[in-house]
Amino acid sequence: MSDTDISLPGPTTPPPLRRLATRLFTTLLLFWLMLNGSLSPATLVTGVIVAGLIAMVFARDLSFLSGFNLTPAGIGAAFLFIGYFLKELVKANLALARLVLTPSLPIAPAIVKVRTKLTDPVGRLLLANAITLTPGTLTCEIKGDHLYIHWVVAKDTDHEVATQEIVAGFEHYLEKMYG
Amino acid sequence: MILSGFLDTLGALVLLGGTLFLALGGLGLVRMPDVYNRIQAGTKATTLGTLLVLLGAALISPAWSVKLLLIMLFLMFTNPLSSQVLARAAHRAGVAPVASKDALADDAEDLA
Amino acid sequence: MADLLLSLAALIAAVAFGLAAWRFIKGPRATDRVVAFDALTIISVTGIVLAALITGRSIYLDVALVYALLSFLGVITAARYLEGGEE
Repeated sequence: MSDTDISLPGPTTPPPLRRLATRLFTTLLLFWLMLNGSLSPATLVTGVIVAGLIAMVFARDLSFLSGFNLTPAGIGAAFLFIGYFLKELVKANLALARLVLTPSLPIAPAIVKVRTKLTDPVGRLLLANAITLTPGTLTCEIKGDHLYIHWVVAKDTDHEVATQEIVAGFEHYLEKMYG
Repeated sequence: MILSGFLDTLGALVLLGGTLFLALGGLGLVRMPDVYNRIQAGTKATTLGTLLVLLGAALISPAWSVKLLLIMLFLMFTNPLSSQVLARAAHRAGVAPVASKDALADDAEDLA
Repeated sequence: MADLLLSLAALIAAVAFGLAAWRFIKGPRATDRVVAFDALTIISVTGIVLAALITGRSIYLDVALVYALLSFLGVITAARYLEGGEE
């Protein structure tokens, strides 16, 4: 999932390995239990052993929570982010439905360049994904601090205006989650 | 009994709504003029459509909700990602977008 | 009532599948076909979930999850190939 083209600024203070391993272990175990839908001893023991081994080997690699700001503020922002995201997803689909059902197909596409303040790779990944699922925008490429966005109905191709229009809404929450 | 009947019907309606979005996405795939617009139509509609289908299924069979939630999370994460990778691949392969401005191509020229 | 709605949902999903399949056959470029393929697999997940509901067997949900996982990997691989695939 990590991509060689996403150039990242080197982390100033790398988080301790033990914390990364613990977070990866918890995520893996939770997914394993959800997949099995049971808490029987056999399931638990298998899950703990396998998740433990994977966490020990891959602790240095990225996982969902590795850069997450695990504080009440960060978790609160995560819930608000999900709510905002679902709202935008529904809006995106209604706009799209209106577009494809209009006989004249009124689109005005452009690829615009926007800038992000986020530095955490997982934060950036979530930003790119969120942009892709929201009204009329699709992330095409990430180079350094810039994202290139395909916009179905481009309101303005100016760098600053597009950044404000597309990125600002999500970045507000992601900065608190992965700040 | 009445409650379960109500949940069944509500779930089926939500599920039906999801498939409507899938069909709209399919229509977008057919109507849109270039690959980037097709990806846009495809990815948004199929994501919301599938989420609604899974939500409807969870209302009909509440016992399955944990596993359905897992599929939802997985799709919400991978669906946009595959679209982005496809859009990037198309651009790198030199598929020109139908667009008034292509900042990505402009910058690539500057670097070259 | 619910059964009727489910049948209708299956019908609409089939229409969605047909539209995406049209794009898959028509192309014109390889990228268009992969985009259509991506949509087709996601619509298939809906089909599998419907099968699970109609037969009442939750094992199909595992099928849906693994299917979604494999199709994701398939699309990523195809995209890598399309853009040159040196890496």
